[in-house]
Amino acid sequence: MELEFFIEKTALVLVLFVLTLTIAAYSTWAERKVAAWLQDRVGPNRAGPFGLLQPLADGGKMFFKEEIIPNGANKYLFIAGPSLALLVSFLGTAVIPFGQSIEIFGRVVPLQVTDINVGILYIFGIVSLGVYGIMIGGWASNNKYSLMGAIRGASQNISYEIAMGLSIIALLMVTNTLSFKEIAAQQHGWHWNVLYQPLGFLIFLICAFAETNRVPFDLPECETELIGGYQTEYSAFKMGAYMFAEYINMFVSSVVMAVLYFGGYNYPGMDAVNQALGPTWGPLIGVGVMFFKIIAFIFFFMWVRWTVPRFRYDQLMDLGWKVLIPLAIANIVITAIVIVGFDLFNKL
Amino acid sequence: MSLFYVVAFLSIIFALLVIFTKNPVHSVLYLIATFFTFTIHYIILNAQFLAVVNFIVYMGAIMVLFLFVLMLMNLNKDTEPMKSTLLKVVGAIAGGCLLVTLVGSMKTLSSASTTAMDNTGIGLVENLGKVLFSDFLLPFELSSILLLAAMVGAVLLAKRDNKTA
Repeated sequence: MELEFFIEKTALVLVLFVLTLTIAAYSTWAERKVAAWLQDRVGPNRAGPFGLLQPLADGGKMFFKEEIIPNGANKYLFIAGPSLALLVSFLGTAVIPFGQSIEIFGRVVPLQVTDINVGILYIFGIVSLGVYGIMIGGWASNNKYSLMGAIRGASQNISYEIAMGLSIIALLMVTNTLSFKEIAAQQHGWHWNVLYQPLGFLIFLICAFAETNRVPFDLPECETELIGGYQTEYSAFKMGAYMFAEYINMFVSSVVMAVLYFGGYNYPGMDAVNQALGPTWGPLIGVGVMFFKIIAFIFFFMWVRWTVPRFRYDQLMDLGWKVLIPLAIANIVITAIVIVGFDLFNKL
Repeated sequence: MSLFYVVAFLSIIFALLVIFTKNPVHSVLYLIATFFTFTIHYIILNAQFLAVVNFIVYMGAIMVLFLFVLMLMNLNKDTEPMKSTLLKVVGAIAGGCLLVTLVGSMKTLSSASTTAMDNTGIGLVENLGKVLFSDFLLPFELSSILLLAAMVGAVLLAKRDNKTA
């Protein structure tokens, strides 16, 4: 029994790891395709059909390029920065339920690596750790532009984490649990949390863009002001690690948003489908639905990137502190009033 | 139990490195590692909520701000202020006194503390929340007022420049 449990979890971790890598690699391809589509161009189309081998070609290029460590840089921290960024970005998916429990060879397997009862806070902690990769790398480069990028990254992440945390608090008041498994199970069928927490979702979405350093908020990179921000001095695979970490973070944010607000593996009419297809294929449809939602979110990230111009730094801070945080607090108060109101109404 | 000793050993090593490294930024990074080992200690004690809050608040927020300030100040070995020998001696004596006090208080605690650990589910979010909002409501609210006062004070200090200038 113990051995089977071990095999089951190891297989799940491996599948998740490979899946994350593949999705991140193909996000780079999709980003260019989406950009090309939005700008009425063709995009990458030389490597393989539709340019599908482009991520492999890029990966090979990253490995074979010359590694440069600047003379003035702090060598260990210069290497630690991108490593940490990549490492931390992988940790997030461990608590995510990717589907209902599935029956394989007569054994019920939960599609979740681990269900800890503080799942949401765990994700939150991982997100807050992500900024160290940027800060350490930016500082160790011993370059003024890098340092500026690192400092921007740190202050941006801290500012938006507050609004993000407050928007999650309102969500928790609805769900009454911190466990991802239970939150996903509660949204059975059509009861998606976005219907109960539309404002909270909007705040969370904006904060997710800021936490992943994606375009309207990519101030830490900001090539028009800071050359490349924290990654100015990086080349070859270390630069690739930073880029990859960004795409993995985008994937993880999409997953979290899909599970917390858009029902995860739930879809209307899932009970009928589950009954018709049985306990093995039914939940797999749910997994498919979940990945459809995730990919839709990733597409949304890209769509915004090629549509919206970058914020100015003071605008970014104003939006975070003077708009999102008061809105999130108002959301908490409104949610509390509505919940108490419903309780009183039910008692009457 | 062996896990505890490994983690405790790591905590002490990292804590010592915080003091003995010359570079302030390295020092902060070791402090982050120390806090990470504390998180593991909390998990071993089955205090999951405390663990994750320690992780988010100390590692994820406070230490980022420490690092932020140190990176901006760009301290080097040359610019490090040298304390006089008198201050060093006084510091050593004061630290020694604190150590003696702590060891003394631990010694009296050791027999009584084992009974408090019986209810190990107390560290889980649900139980902790219930206890905080029933048995410890007054201290909980008072400490939140204290934090609010500190926050307002910080904003006031930051704002003062604008009005006088």
